[in-house]
Amino acid sequence: MGFIHPYDRPNSYIGRTLPRSRAKRAVAGRGRYTDDITPPRTLHAAFVRSPYAHARILKIDVEAAKAAPGVKLVMTGAELAEMCTGPWIGTLTVFENMKAEPQYPMAVDRACWHGEPVVMIIAETRAQAEDAGELVMVDYEELPVVINKDTALNAGSPVIHANLGDNKAWENTLGSGDVDKAFAEADHVLEETFYFGRHTAVSLEPRIVLCEYDQGTERLTIHTSSQCPHMIETVFARTLGVPEHNVRIVAPDVGGSFGLKIHTFGDEVAATAAAIKLGRPVKFVADRLESFVSDIHARENRVKAKIGIMNDGTMIAAEIDDLSGAGAYSQYPRTSVFEANQILNITFGPYKHPNYRAKATVVYLNAVPTSQYRAVGHPIGISVGEHMMDWAADVTGLDPFEIRRKNVMEDDSYPRNIGSGIPIKDLSHQACLEKLHGLMEYDKLLAEQAELRENGIYRGIGVAGFIKGTAPSPVGYYGAGGARIAAQDATTVKLEPSGGIIVALGVTDQGQGVDTVMEQIAAAAIGCHMDQVRAISGDTDAIPYGGGTYASRATAIGGEATYQAALDLRREILHMAGILLQTDPENLDIVDGNVVDDGSTDARIPLSEIGRIGHFQLGELPNDYQPVLSHTRRYRLQDSPYIYTNGIHGAYVEVDVDTGWIKHLKHWVVEDCGRIINEQLADEQIRGGCVQGLGGALYEHCIYNDYGQLQNGTMADYVTPMMSEMPDIHVGHVQTPTSESELGAKGAGESGTGAAPGVMMNAVNNAIKPLTEGRVTEQPITPELVLKALRKI
Amino acid sequence: MKAPKFSYIRADSLDHALELLDKHGEDARILAGGQSLMPTLNMRLSQPEVLVDINRLNDLKGISLDGDTVVIGALTRHIDVMNSDIVAEHLPLIAEAMPHVAHVAIRNRGTIGGSIALSDPAAEMPACALALGATLIVQSSSGKREIPAEEFFHGLYETARAENELLVEIRYPSQKKDNVSVFMELARRHGDYAIAGVCAYGKVSGNMVEDMRLVYFASEDRPIIGENAVAALNGKAWCDETKDAVTSALENDLDPMANLHGSATMKMHLQKVLTGRVMDTAVTRAGGAS
Amino acid sequence: MSEEMVTVNMTVNGEPVTKTIPVRTHLVDFIRTELGFTGSHLGCEHGVCGACSVRVDGDVVRGCLMLAAQAEGADVMTIEGITDTGEIADLQDKFVERNALQCGFCTPGMLMTAAELLSHKSEMSRNDIREFMSGNYCRCTGYHAIVDAIESINNERLKG
Repeated sequence: MGFIHPYDRPNSYIGRTLPRSRAKRAVAGRGRYTDDITPPRTLHAAFVRSPYAHARILKIDVEAAKAAPGVKLVMTGAELAEMCTGPWIGTLTVFENMKAEPQYPMAVDRACWHGEPVVMIIAETRAQAEDAGELVMVDYEELPVVINKDTALNAGSPVIHANLGDNKAWENTLGSGDVDKAFAEADHVLEETFYFGRHTAVSLEPRIVLCEYDQGTERLTIHTSSQCPHMIETVFARTLGVPEHNVRIVAPDVGGSFGLKIHTFGDEVAATAAAIKLGRPVKFVADRLESFVSDIHARENRVKAKIGIMNDGTMIAAEIDDLSGAGAYSQYPRTSVFEANQILNITFGPYKHPNYRAKATVVYLNAVPTSQYRAVGHPIGISVGEHMMDWAADVTGLDPFEIRRKNVMEDDSYPRNIGSGIPIKDLSHQACLEKLHGLMEYDKLLAEQAELRENGIYRGIGVAGFIKGTAPSPVGYYGAGGARIAAQDATTVKLEPSGGIIVALGVTDQGQGVDTVMEQIAAAAIGCHMDQVRAISGDTDAIPYGGGTYASRATAIGGEATYQAALDLRREILHMAGILLQTDPENLDIVDGNVVDDGSTDARIPLSEIGRIGHFQLGELPNDYQPVLSHTRRYRLQDSPYIYTNGIHGAYVEVDVDTGWIKHLKHWVVEDCGRIINEQLADEQIRGGCVQGLGGALYEHCIYNDYGQLQNGTMADYVTPMMSEMPDIHVGHVQTPTSESELGAKGAGESGTGAAPGVMMNAVNNAIKPLTEGRVTEQPITPELVLKALRKI
Repeated sequence: MKAPKFSYIRADSLDHALELLDKHGEDARILAGGQSLMPTLNMRLSQPEVLVDINRLNDLKGISLDGDTVVIGALTRHIDVMNSDIVAEHLPLIAEAMPHVAHVAIRNRGTIGGSIALSDPAAEMPACALALGATLIVQSSSGKREIPAEEFFHGLYETARAENELLVEIRYPSQKKDNVSVFMELARRHGDYAIAGVCAYGKVSGNMVEDMRLVYFASEDRPIIGENAVAALNGKAWCDETKDAVTSALENDLDPMANLHGSATMKMHLQKVLTGRVMDTAVTRAGGAS
Repeated sequence: MSEEMVTVNMTVNGEPVTKTIPVRTHLVDFIRTELGFTGSHLGCEHGVCGACSVRVDGDVVRGCLMLAAQAEGADVMTIEGITDTGEIADLQDKFVERNALQCGFCTPGMLMTAAELLSHKSEMSRNDIREFMSGNYCRCTGYHAIVDAIESINNERLKG
């Protein structure tokens, strides 16, 4: 049936731009975030954190802190460890030979990064807790620090965790073909080394938990700014020994997440433990200073890349060697090595080179643990691959579009594998490339660029294609890998007595518009008006078990579950209507919330009547039919590890070649995220993602000194993209529905972040090319790097 | 991230404020616009015993013309300086600098006196005061002192103001008719503290440069006059040769501090680039050909 | 040192309030925790992000960079207050229509700053808008839609 094709029937909401239900209250200042909820007698947590990157904790004196005004509890890491069922170990079976040190929620006898929580204070107010924190005396013995990934594996390097033998977390190699032979045959072999500065999510709403423990019912309720309520439920329950079914996690409005809020953090576990111990609500808000030293970091990488090119521009081989600097521990439960693995998976992913070899080495450092952050690994892999592609274009005298035309996988060539061995299908590199070429008026830009160069104005045009892994399946990393994180997701669609439809989602909404998208899918599938449908998400007491929102999966996975559940409900409604109307359900349809004769719009029985009878007047139905009117469907990918998407970015920048300043003039994206449910929401995901990627490309960098201390842990010093410097972003689409699902939606949330850094680096290098042999190969691209590439300093 | 405990006293008169400064000495901090002080309190980087709030001292607010002098009360908010016709007409350097000072919400609260008294090396207002040869009026219970800007800025957040003194007024000579001024800075993002910055103020006739003062900020521990650069500049026609001489001389003036936003080498390079640009602009503004 | 308390009196969103609070309380903590107006958010608490922007005596300010005690006698408006007066109803509707917000955490501060921009009643290019709004951080939208919404309402209002 044609429920998913736009505009071909009433209630065809799929593909339409509709406003988000949550937006209206947010603009009135009446959003409800966790910090807006403060039950009576709530206490507040603050943490004493290690000022050292690596130190033994010799003695902790908490007496003065305990006596400070308002203080209700002072807890050390050792005391907290006794309340835990055991430490976390951030390994997964899918990562063969991976090593990780057990980690307790707070440091027990050793602090391993600057910012690791050491002592928790619970007091009547946050200010009082911080006052008391200043009275805690900790004797530290400083230990040797490992902060440079390049030397972390050298003989003689200090070893952070003696039990692991060395600082290596994991090593992996993959590929296909005969790379060495191909390099030997290539007309040109190009080699380059790239550096990427560690950065972090900086969600505007920081991490927060509000923990309540009812000692009577033994129920633990945690309101938290989370993307993955069920995962939090599982991890917190198991860590603190509370039965999982006694735990309720509520994620109300979430003020930005970007992957930060798929993780579990020791300070949050500590606050939960305090609530259990005290029997009073405990709130912990990571303030901005502690966010920088405790939120996961990401993307500290060095990548060596090598490609083999023929004179006609054909790439015949590619090799990368990634070195990732993880933090002091492997982040539980997702690990700190997945980012490296994604780099191996997707680098050069758009191209049909037959020979590929990729190696990743992940090392521990005395720094904040790293893990998944929006577009995991992709910004690095795409920057590297697309830089090499542009360089190859230069060497072979081809235009950047031309060399990509020559090397991308053809749109009619799927299914197939990419060099890393990953199976892909339903992609559209060629269509996207041509669409971008037109959208950015490329030839006109080239002419303008040439003209301005005559006047000493150096503008650069960048292009960067990509593939993006979205909506992971349970066969690889999740589930099969050992993590108790659902890669399936579920939706329950219910008909209420009023005729209203409740859509309870395992996936969650952090402002992307997931609730609205699911309402659109359900309304379209059932055949009712949007106003009749209400989505519920983020409350584990009210939703089916699901993985939540991560890895661009909400619409692709949760959307299909919603679609199928809504179709089930539709079938039952029609079945019941058939009984009531004594008609074959095959001859009925649902339009605008009314059961109608197929092909007609005249109401025969409204959903409100079905609801009323189905809930209250069951006597009107035959005895052999007990209406359910509540349908849950689960969905997972079956054969593919991911639903891959593709697209291409264009950027137009101006470089001040005397100062190194970059002005980003215009940005274009052509994206194939499969079936689009709500175009505006998809576009805004892409735009927001781009700017987040541009932040990493241009500004963002967690800078550590040699002692492992974070040097720029404030929003004044950690530079994020603001409105003045960011460009307008023009978005176009190619829609190739995924053949994995009926709905056909792929993920859209991360690819902007994935490709924007690469296109920026290419545009900058394109701008300075007439003046220098130098190229920028490091991010963030500071003016200093540009000046160095220009040989000006 | 909550401020530590402190006492708060709202001064209800200048005398009251000065009395409080006498009484509390180094334990007191003056709370003017608070746009730099409040973050340090929230971060517990600063733990004063007493905050002396001077925001109600309305006598310290306002912009007026006193003959050839523009008098700006220390408590005048940035926004009022930015919107002032007097400043636009008589202190175009400051008018040009003001949009670079942070963002609207900060300018609505922050004060020009606070910025000068704090003496952040990357801030715009100290540099402008020095470039224009302003006089800073500080007052204590024992009376007023006039301090030339050239003697006011001592180093990183250090000034000639004594602990018991309050900066009450800044007196700027109005821009002379045949003078030009140019303000330029480089910041990563609009409103950020600068990484490099130059104020130029002086006379240009045709291409001839006279009495030009070049003040550099953001690269040193305080705004400084590029004495050698100025010596190489004044009395010369502005041309490539002069530019080279001036930027070479600048190396003897500056000893840039590296920080998170750039190395000393880069900052020196940027100050040289800006030197060329401010002078190109100065000549253009004076009606000459750059 | 003991906690110094102070009794503050001010008008918040049109209603007079009197509360005795620790003197160190900044304005937004006061508004959020003492008065329950939770629309003003704390994003950084050091004056960079703009999420706490509120209006004091007619001017938009960083609520985290002002003590509540300093607002003695002041007229304070938050997003809740200017929503109720309808002053920026058109802009709020446009934000929803244009999806100029995602998580919504920056939105109240963004709107408070934009309200000041609109009050200037002057023609503004997209770049002018970007510059004026540059002290408000948004991690979700990429800003483009926010510029669209403000530009469109500013133009509509200028047309009358």
